Amino acid sequence: MKPLSNRSKKVQKREMSFSEKAYLPAIAQGLGITLKHFFRKKATVQYPEQTRERSDVWRGLHVLKRDENGAERCTACGLCAVACPAEAITMTAGERKAGEEHLYREEKYAVTYEVNMLRCIFCGLCEEACPKAAIFLQDDKIAPARYERDEFIYGKDRLVEPLKTTETK
Amino acid sequence: MESVDLIYKAIYILAIFGVTLLIATYSTYFERKIAAFIQDRVGPNRAGPLGLLQPLADAGKLFFKEDFIPAKSNKALFIIGPGIAMLVAAMSSAVIPFGDTLIIGGHEIFLQAIEVNIGVLYIFGVVSLGVYGLMIGGWASNNKFSLLGAIRAASQNISYELAMGLSLIAVLMLSGSLSLRVIAEQQAGFNWNIWYQPLGFLIFLICAFAETNRTPFDLPESEAELIGGYHTEYGSMKLGMYLFAEYINIFVASAVMATLYFGAYNFPFMLELETWLVDATESAITANNIVTLIGTAVMFAKIFLFIFFFMWVRWTLPRFRYDQLMKLGWQILIPLAILNILLTGGGILLKDYLF
Repeated sequence: MKPLSNRSKKVQKREMSFSEKAYLPAIAQGLGITLKHFFRKKATVQYPEQTRERSDVWRGLHVLKRDENGAERCTACGLCAVACPAEAITMTAGERKAGEEHLYREEKYAVTYEVNMLRCIFCGLCEEACPKAAIFLQDDKIAPARYERDEFIYGKDRLVEPLKTTETK
Repeated sequence: MESVDLIYKAIYILAIFGVTLLIATYSTYFERKIAAFIQDRVGPNRAGPLGLLQPLADAGKLFFKEDFIPAKSNKALFIIGPGIAMLVAAMSSAVIPFGDTLIIGGHEIFLQAIEVNIGVLYIFGVVSLGVYGLMIGGWASNNKFSLLGAIRAASQNISYELAMGLSLIAVLMLSGSLSLRVIAEQQAGFNWNIWYQPLGFLIFLICAFAETNRTPFDLPESEAELIGGYHTEYGSMKLGMYLFAEYINIFVASAVMATLYFGAYNFPFMLELETWLVDATESAITANNIVTLIGTAVMFAKIFLFIFFFMWVRWTLPRFRYDQLMKLGWQILIPLAILNILLTGGGILLKDYLF
């Protein structure tokens, strides 16, 4: 058969030379390679003590932000839940009562706000959709491994940013 | 033998036994550490400083695991198997000279547990018994994989023991003695056997790898095809005993190689050092003791070097195929060993003729 191109090479099984048959030179070469790795810098990150450096745009665990007075910014508009491609966010809205102005910035607020971390794909679309700059994905926290599936549903207790006053340490 | 000598001997035997066990224990640690370093990792470093308590943690884990015996197994043999492996491995370090003579209070103590004039034969006899441990364990498990592993271990050990013995004959022709003590004494200074027996050492080294069931000859326990080979059915400390016996065997094999080919406790310029020390300390006894202790340290350094080599090779080479293993043993190593004997014999005759 005529070859389609002239680039094909004829493969032939070459008889091994004596040094190749003896294996020992090749073994010595291999030992040299492993010895080189023995003294090489290690790739390990000592995790609990050290953490791998993350990018500035790294998207981790969600946080519900407060405004400068410590009131929750979220107004329970539901845009994040609509934007969410994984349908991880659910919320129920409630009306702010008199005397709760220091807790919630708008008249309407989220009574419950839940993110299912098993569904969440950490795409950051909720962050983009939010008109009140209330939800953000932090760049330094992750959702850690847990034993039960329902422990991955993060409610407001774990999502809302802690008050500044409690952080005066 | 006086009672004082007897006490010294008893202390020495206990010390050597303890050192053997300690080295075997920490071999597991260094195995993991060296494996990690070769693979660009750091290895165990959580248990204690630098992970040095890791062997204790491992042993504790093994002790507290369920000690089960398979229902259809031969119960007595199943228990005896790891015992034989361990006993035989621990026995073989008895005749190895770890140092020259120490003089304490007028008593000369040779740093060797038992001096027998057939030390080499003793070691080979005892080491070849080790295969009974594997064979009995594999057979008693009543499991096809275990049995296959045990059969592999047996046939491999028989094949390689031949080449090992033949390569050793050349050394015995040079030394004219079967006593490890005499062989060690003949290699005083830098007059090591390796300079006369490079080929013999190479054959011996390869056979030692096969005898201790280490990669690239760890077919008896090849985890990819036989699960765990002869120790598939074993758990808890019985498994621990098998693994431990393997490390003791490595230690003994390293010690034998150091003794037979790398001058045992001898190091270069030891005689010059001793004469210098006699002048410096004005006491022949002190000088002798210092040189002996340095020699013991040198012996252990050589052993550790070989143990490192065993591990280094393990994490470098892939496993042989079984037919390759047999071909290497019967068709290459045994003819080479016979050739080595002929060359050595010719060399000795030539030397007698010329000088």
